[in-house]
Amino acid sequence: MQAPRRLILRRRASNLVSKVLGTAATLFGLSWLAWILIVTLINGARALSFRIFTDITPPPGADGGLANALVGSALMSLLGVLIGAPIGIAAGTYLAEFAERRPVWRESIRFINDILLSAPSIVLGLFVYTIYVRQVGHFSGFAGGLALALIVLPVVVRTTDETLRLVPNMMREAALSLGIPRWKVTVQVLYRAALPGILTGVLLGLARITGETAPLLFTALNNQFWSRNLDGPTASVPVVIFQFAMSPYDAWHSLAWAGAFVVTMVVLVLSVGARAFLLKNRMDSNA
Amino acid sequence: MTVSSTASTAVGLEPLADGERSAAETRQDSLFRWTLFGAATMVMVVLCAAAVSMLWGGRLAFQTFGWHFIVSDAWDPVGRNFGAFVPIYGTLVSSAIAMVIAVPVSFGIALFLTEIAPGWLQAPIAAAIELLAGIPSIIYGMWGLFSFVPFMSDYVLPWINDHLGVMPWVGALFRGPPLGIGMLTAGIVLGIMVIPFISSVMRDVFRTVPASLKESAYALGSTTWEVVWKVVLPYTRSAVVGGIFLGLGRALGETMAVTFVLGNAHQLSASLLAPGNSIAATIANEFTEADSDIYLSSLIALGFLLFVVTLIVLAIARLMLSNLARREGR
Repeated sequence: MQAPRRLILRRRASNLVSKVLGTAATLFGLSWLAWILIVTLINGARALSFRIFTDITPPPGADGGLANALVGSALMSLLGVLIGAPIGIAAGTYLAEFAERRPVWRESIRFINDILLSAPSIVLGLFVYTIYVRQVGHFSGFAGGLALALIVLPVVVRTTDETLRLVPNMMREAALSLGIPRWKVTVQVLYRAALPGILTGVLLGLARITGETAPLLFTALNNQFWSRNLDGPTASVPVVIFQFAMSPYDAWHSLAWAGAFVVTMVVLVLSVGARAFLLKNRMDSNA
Repeated sequence: MTVSSTASTAVGLEPLADGERSAAETRQDSLFRWTLFGAATMVMVVLCAAAVSMLWGGRLAFQTFGWHFIVSDAWDPVGRNFGAFVPIYGTLVSSAIAMVIAVPVSFGIALFLTEIAPGWLQAPIAAAIELLAGIPSIIYGMWGLFSFVPFMSDYVLPWINDHLGVMPWVGALFRGPPLGIGMLTAGIVLGIMVIPFISSVMRDVFRTVPASLKESAYALGSTTWEVVWKVVLPYTRSAVVGGIFLGLGRALGETMAVTFVLGNAHQLSASLLAPGNSIAATIANEFTEADSDIYLSSLIALGFLLFVVTLIVLAIARLMLSNLARREGR
């Protein structure tokens, strides 16, 4: 009697320990999230003022805002999405709809795309530096947008591919049986059905590039003043945060926190919003 | 799979169905198809072009230093003598620390989300953990520099010095000035950053274990822990390793957060508390300061090494993950 009883107790104890440790690990993970968000929001809210949005980045010791960096970030992100999203949607469509005769090619592109999805962004920045900045001879906002487009691309390819594969086959068959050409079926029927998923992918891509810093360091560089156009060094919020946070000046630190607050908010709203949007659409279509 | 094959049969029937399909429509269709094909090929081209362009950009460094570039610890912009050993060492050590922290914690989180938490709690907790992945790395960097580094230097590092630093053999790893910035801090921040990636893969693959397998083990009287350790984990082993490699790939290439807390010091030190450097942080810090061709080329060569290493790690991760998918018949 004694031995089995001890065995049962030991098994129960190990079960209990594993559950306690699992819960502790989750609390451990969540506490970092809370710590990071609280620090960013408190410091950011303290530094936030209306001048952030109206004044340009100041020299050391003066007051100022982040207006030029905000506009630069917005323009380069827009450019990134405008280049990356259409190519990504087209590539995703090819993988899901048109690659049936080249299965090996399709799977290798999916494989490469998955790798690109997690490739270090700094490397993509270096790539754009060598093919663009070095060739034209100066840093430019266009190069920054191009680097960001390379980050948007794999996100959109993946979500488009996955969403289109979820569209019921009946839709394709019904449309094709009416004699509609395939490109019209894709554009007018399948895209309409897959729109929420594709848009979510674009929003997630946008959320990812909003806080990207590393690829902009050697492409758009930075600019303390307004950029006349994108064909020259362009300020962006993440790069300004990097420069200001590493500086010894308190006024710059405070602006960096304000920038961090804005970036965090935009990213949170975009990524939470994108997921909520997808969830709502899934429920609507199920109902 | 079935989707596309049915669709292609339907297309194959087109000319037979009626001969009236206009040549214009066929032309538009093939134009559309080739445009999409070109876009998909772009993905392939980007990856290959990135590798080739960096090898090209770094050729001066590789030609000048040869194999010594990888093993030499010199980094002398004035004397124009460069070696990648210090950054490579820093990247590997900080990523190793990150994995030591992230792997057990991620396993715990996946265990919690699949077996412990009540159903209503699973989705919100999973979403919160995934938020950790959404926070940009520059925010990790700022938080690290202004909040976590002071915390480490005030509370954690003195304790580590007093307790772990006096141990024989491994003590040297944990002795050093409690600056706060250094390998250990960078490794911990990296660990937090990759936790969401590893834990979400683990959670997803744990869910793919057939219920009948788990129920059989429960019916024999297994505890939850025994089911997870002896049934779920062996069943999902390759995908779990894939998830870990995915996290490792992220940790190796992470730039901004590491740049803030690693200290940017080109020195080799046995202590994990000392400042160091990583490949990505070196490039980020010094790229715009590179004043000679060989300096610039050395930095691009560093980028090439990083790219190749992460590609290999990520490729292993994807292969391991696709093994499970294939077994499921997906």
